[in-house]
Amino acid sequence: MRLTAPETEPASTRARRHSLGRGNITDQAFKGLTLLVALSVLALAGLLVFELTKGSMLSIRTFGFGFLSSQHWDPVHQEFGVLPLVFGTLVTSLIAVILAVPISIGIAIFLTEVCPLPLRRPISFLVDLLAAIPSIVYGLWGLVVLVPWIRVTMGPSVQKPLGWFPLFGGPIYGIGVLAAGLILAIMIVPIISAVSREVISSVPQAQKEGMLALGATRWETVWKVVLPFVRTGLVGAVILGLGRALGETMAVTMVIGNRHEIVASLFSPSATMASTIANEFTEATYKLYISSLIEVALVLMILTLMVNILARTLVWRFTAKVKGERTL
Amino acid sequence: MMRQAGRLTYQRRKVMNKVWLTATVLAAAATVLALVFILGYVIANGARALNLDFFSKLPKPVGETGGGMANAIVGTLIMLGLASAIALPIGVLTGVYLSEYGGGRFNAVIRFVADTMAGVPSIVVGMFAYLVVVLPMGHFSSLAGGIALAVIMIPIVTRGTEEILRVVPDSLREAALALGVNRWRVIVSVVIPTAAPGLITSFMLAIARASGETAPLLFTSLGSQFWSMSLDQPTASIPVQIFSYAIAPYDDWHRQAWAGALTLVAMVAVLTLVARLAFRGFKVQR
Repeated sequence: MRLTAPETEPASTRARRHSLGRGNITDQAFKGLTLLVALSVLALAGLLVFELTKGSMLSIRTFGFGFLSSQHWDPVHQEFGVLPLVFGTLVTSLIAVILAVPISIGIAIFLTEVCPLPLRRPISFLVDLLAAIPSIVYGLWGLVVLVPWIRVTMGPSVQKPLGWFPLFGGPIYGIGVLAAGLILAIMIVPIISAVSREVISSVPQAQKEGMLALGATRWETVWKVVLPFVRTGLVGAVILGLGRALGETMAVTMVIGNRHEIVASLFSPSATMASTIANEFTEATYKLYISSLIEVALVLMILTLMVNILARTLVWRFTAKVKGERTL
Repeated sequence: MMRQAGRLTYQRRKVMNKVWLTATVLAAAATVLALVFILGYVIANGARALNLDFFSKLPKPVGETGGGMANAIVGTLIMLGLASAIALPIGVLTGVYLSEYGGGRFNAVIRFVADTMAGVPSIVVGMFAYLVVVLPMGHFSSLAGGIALAVIMIPIVTRGTEEILRVVPDSLREAALALGVNRWRVIVSVVIPTAAPGLITSFMLAIARASGETAPLLFTSLGSQFWSMSLDQPTASIPVQIFSYAIAPYDDWHRQAWAGALTLVAMVAVLTLVARLAFRGFKVQR
């Protein structure tokens, strides 16, 4: 009985089952293909870490942990320590964050709470546009406009009353820590403000309305309801901006002056990890020099990875919290 | 007395409200002004320096004025084409996997890796391309430059694709599946066409991002004063050319750098505009 059953099956059903079977094979193949490609992205990331580690082995073996703690970056004497570069990177990024955070959060508050509705889209478009300008263009602008301005106008007028303070002392070349920090600040404003905007707009309307109904002013609502609610998300946004500033290369390279010393003055030239690689890699003449530069890249990558992961965790935790409150 | 004090604090609160809200207006105004100032500077200087030669002639050696960036423009286009040819399929297929198949922890891992890759500084990506392409080949090439740009584009396209495909309503997938269409056919013939405008948006944004990148090209494609059409030769690109002109002390080279900057900004603007228009199409279709 069973043996004969398939023969009594209508032809159309048989054809369908046939095509279904074949479909399953192509289905599996297609799924396999996408999986394979997805895995290749993982492999690519792995390869990136592996190649950088392999390339810096010579430097790691030669200097060990001294690479991270030495203050001397001196290619002539074959001495390489990353500390002055880390210092330059952190200081320029810190200046950028200090300048950019109040402005970015101000923009985010303006766009979500203050700005008349029809103007919101065009203004946020303009702010986003800042992120679309290539960093080489920022560098060119910084070199031609910002650097002379610091050297001629801003620097002297700050130094006259405050020059006794080491932070503002020393000769003013224009290029240096301050120029790099200012350029970076402009570059990270659109990033911090975009994420902050998104975070702030997730505050439940009812909470704001409740505060306003109690007689609070709009600013009090922002200060006592909105900002405390989004604190984690805002910190995430700021750290995301910091991550961008740490790794930014071209604009900084063009205005920082490439001097490997730990300096006190905002006006003195310095170097970041990224700018050192950009400036010196094609001129590195011997193996240890090249390997040290690769290790700089490795250190830079680890630093930005940690910062980015921290930022994403904070933003992610914040969105999880918002979702939790919505379902309550 | 009490009432007077209450009125005073009320006045004070009103003033604080005005002050702080005005401060946010100023923050926005300052940023928009900075944009206008920077873009205005690029447009004014660039427009003055742009001419037909810029698009049709090779760079002139030091001391001679004139010339252009024709080879750099072509070089940028070649490398962007190569990067797109590598990154778009990889990004789209990975995005398809994330949105249509798989799930749970493995997806979270891929998403996490793609996000962290997007945060890797571009100079580090350039170093990577140097190590895996330039070193084995023995010389700089546009192939290495294209691969470096592709590595930058892949995470952008991946996450973009996934997000766009997720927006395609499940009812469309279910309708097709109910008609007996195979899973892969549903993806290729229903999901992707529905999402096409959104996908174009993510492609354009990725290409726009790559087109302005300088750091990954510094020691991969290097640069060149001549035409180089073959993929295994050092190749000029607009951003690297701007860099080398900008840090040189010659006025004529600075002019060329501004012209290059304007060209680059215009390119990015057009790509972003196409991206926006395509996304509008996506919304209407939904």
